[in-house]
Amino acid sequence: MPYTFTVNGTSTTVDTPEDMPLLWVLRDVLKMKGTKFGCGVGACGACTVHIDGRAVRSCMTPVANVSAPVTTIEGLSEDGSHPVQQAWMELDVPQCGYCQAGQIMSAAALLANNSDPSDADINTAMNGNVCRCGTYMRIREAIHRAAASV
Amino acid sequence: MKANTDTTLNRRTFIKVTSLTGGGVALGLYVGTREGRSQFGPPPPAPTPDVYITIKPNNRFTIIAKNPETGQGIKSALPMIIADELDVDWNQVDIQQADLDPKYGRQIEGGSTAIPSNYTTMRQVGAAARAMVLEAAADLWNVPVDQLTTASGVVHGGLGRQATYGSLADAVSRLEPPDITAVPLKDPADFKIVGQPVPGVENFQMVTGQPIYSIDVEPAGMLFAAYHKCPVFGGVVESANVDEIRALPGIQHAFVVDADPDGSGRASGVAIVADNWWVANNARQQLQVDWDEGPTAVENTTRYNEQAASLSSRASEAPAGGGRGVANIGDVEAAFADADQVLEAEYYFPLLSHAPLEPMNSTAHFKEDGTLEIWSPSQIPGLANPARSAGIENDAATMHLVRSGGGFGRRLYSEYDIEVAAIARQVSEERMEAGLPTVPVKLLWTREDDMHFDMYRPAGYHFFKAGLDADGRLTAFRDFVPSVASVVPANEFPRGFVSNFMANSIPITPFSIPTGALRAPSTNGVSFVMQSFIDELAVAAGADPMQFRLDLLANPVPEPQPAGGRGGRGGGFGGGGFNASRAAGVLEAVRRMSNWDAVYPTMGNGRGIGCAFQFAHAGYVAYVVDLTAEGNGQIRVNNVWSAVDIGRQIINPSRSRNLVEGGFIEAMSHMMDWEITIEGGAVVQNNFPEYQPTRMAHAPSSIEVEFVLSDNSPTGLGEPSLPPAIPAITNAVFNATGERIRRLPMKHDGYRWT
Repeated sequence: MPYTFTVNGTSTTVDTPEDMPLLWVLRDVLKMKGTKFGCGVGACGACTVHIDGRAVRSCMTPVANVSAPVTTIEGLSEDGSHPVQQAWMELDVPQCGYCQAGQIMSAAALLANNSDPSDADINTAMNGNVCRCGTYMRIREAIHRAAASV
Repeated sequence: MKANTDTTLNRRTFIKVTSLTGGGVALGLYVGTREGRSQFGPPPPAPTPDVYITIKPNNRFTIIAKNPETGQGIKSALPMIIADELDVDWNQVDIQQADLDPKYGRQIEGGSTAIPSNYTTMRQVGAAARAMVLEAAADLWNVPVDQLTTASGVVHGGLGRQATYGSLADAVSRLEPPDITAVPLKDPADFKIVGQPVPGVENFQMVTGQPIYSIDVEPAGMLFAAYHKCPVFGGVVESANVDEIRALPGIQHAFVVDADPDGSGRASGVAIVADNWWVANNARQQLQVDWDEGPTAVENTTRYNEQAASLSSRASEAPAGGGRGVANIGDVEAAFADADQVLEAEYYFPLLSHAPLEPMNSTAHFKEDGTLEIWSPSQIPGLANPARSAGIENDAATMHLVRSGGGFGRRLYSEYDIEVAAIARQVSEERMEAGLPTVPVKLLWTREDDMHFDMYRPAGYHFFKAGLDADGRLTAFRDFVPSVASVVPANEFPRGFVSNFMANSIPITPFSIPTGALRAPSTNGVSFVMQSFIDELAVAAGADPMQFRLDLLANPVPEPQPAGGRGGRGGGFGGGGFNASRAAGVLEAVRRMSNWDAVYPTMGNGRGIGCAFQFAHAGYVAYVVDLTAEGNGQIRVNNVWSAVDIGRQIINPSRSRNLVEGGFIEAMSHMMDWEITIEGGAVVQNNFPEYQPTRMAHAPSSIEVEFVLSDNSPTGLGEPSLPPAIPAITNAVFNATGERIRRLPMKHDGYRWT
């Protein structure tokens, strides 16, 4: 059945089963591949998007429940200029890079609410995002750097 | 997976130039015969180049990246080497990922081999191209070559004369290429790109969510497939309700795929194909399959454990015949009888799944003309098995190499390519029969599929016995390994540094679980058991564990005769040319960095430091770990010091440091939580909640890395950084608490991260 919601500022209507997760609506219906599939059970954070500014696991969010604007990694900035994206590039954070869209969305949501997070704040906000390559040291540093430039 | 230190010898290597339509010149590097071609069938009729550098009129340079990229950074590392010798700026270079083609030679990501097997050749390619540009400029200005200099892709000839490489491209295309081995190489002190922290070439695409991964590949019209296999290894479909599945909303195809164990190696299963993957995968809930589970269904981890314990009564048996993979030096039994102290200990580490974050997937299009096009994330791409699975000849298949979300050795096995090939053919045949055009199909596994159908890191059961003399010197060392495809440390330190050394193994049967290489395959578990038991010996000897290792390394014991069991896989004493002074070098470095001598005597009561070192894949890595144990089994890694010797040149220090940090973080997963167990011939664990990776809150406060530059050829770092991290942490736990960790994962003994 049809569902209408806003993605990255654009109103969008899709015709899908009601329980189809937002992740697969984004990837396979809207062909926006930036949001990643890692576990399907909300345990890795690769699929993190913002709904109404909050970091949400899109693999656990049925499309029928989406009632506020969605922002994905493609919409975080027009040109990669968001301070978190900039810090990620300046510190050469990624290895395989697969988790980093989700990491960046979690970090951006954190900084939107807390402009100067402590390491403990970062641990709490980022603990749901797995980096299998183990780039946590650089993610932590990059969040501090982005905080300094927000 | 063997690590070569120099593979440029005995090759006939030459360059050929081709003028490009529209301007510019392509330089192709041709390399003589090598291993690895056989997998592609007969050699091509005419030689074709291995590497291309393209010089364009606008003075931009395209360099082909020939190896698959899984996050290790090879997509930039090899072109960096070429660009530096060519003497262009990194921002003038465009990197292009090569497709799978015999003309590129060995295109494998695995074994930390890309750097050692390509370093010198890549330098020669760049240097030879620069030499040709210089010759073209010398002809143009009629001056000797030795009066010319280069910088940033421009030739300078004095008197204000200068010419971009691009402006000389046409002239270069008419020159006779030089003998590649005779071209002088740069003094490494003059490197401008090699040795600099170069960011990942696709960082921008990653942070902006562009579709660069295998899972993102979506050629026009693509359908999505799920593939449902028997949870019991080797089980096959007897029947399935595919007609009912096909009738579900959104499902386009559903069919049984037969096993092909003697051909492509394909496993039996049910393919479900839909317009989007979620619908296809969701239909598995309605799927009813009768399985023939086969003989593996009787296997379980408890039985392996019981058999290992039972076999341990044979630990004193000498290896029969001195075969490969075992060792029997001196007389360990006599030495135990003479020893002042004899220690025995049992160690264990489990099967592991790789769990790269991007689940297995592959995309294929079987076309009307009977050809197959594949987009693969494989670390070891090959056409033979996918072609066989699709029932076509190798030369009817082509393959694009697509970046993958992590390898760790998992993508050295390419079942997804094999499965998608068969699925794509069946889908296209059904569509052609219905008068529809063929379409590409993406096969995507779930995380649960990924965990259930891996090639697991073999478990290790180790029954140790060692003797110390009255002065605390090691006189005998024995390891007995009841084996489940396990690594037997027959060539590992302290072999070569103790007079009596035995390593023997007896297989546990039946054991039918598929096993394979996980990051640092020969040492990722063995380093834990060996470097932990060495630590036990140091404590028993009343010695400082750091000094105990250094004393052993300083006193090699020549072996009486060439013994059986040489030739380990990359790591180890005999296999890869263990160099005690390089091992001592990294230990001395972490000793200094961590201020070990001052700190070690002050530890205990919940604060500890531990050390370990490992030789793996031609590299030497030592760690010191500073750890707090807060009671109730809660532990926290505070600071980490790492010293790394991978030769005289670090290609890209940013990436190398990242690989050390990542190796350490991965080791923490192995140590605390990761374990695959078997029940009824199937894997018990399903997803990350039962297989917890290290998370942000567990990450150390700092990981300090120092590269010890030794006069050896550069080697890789994807693997060596992992193995010694585990025993460095567990030895620190002992130092803090007095509890020796002899079994992984530690969660079973009540430990958790703070």
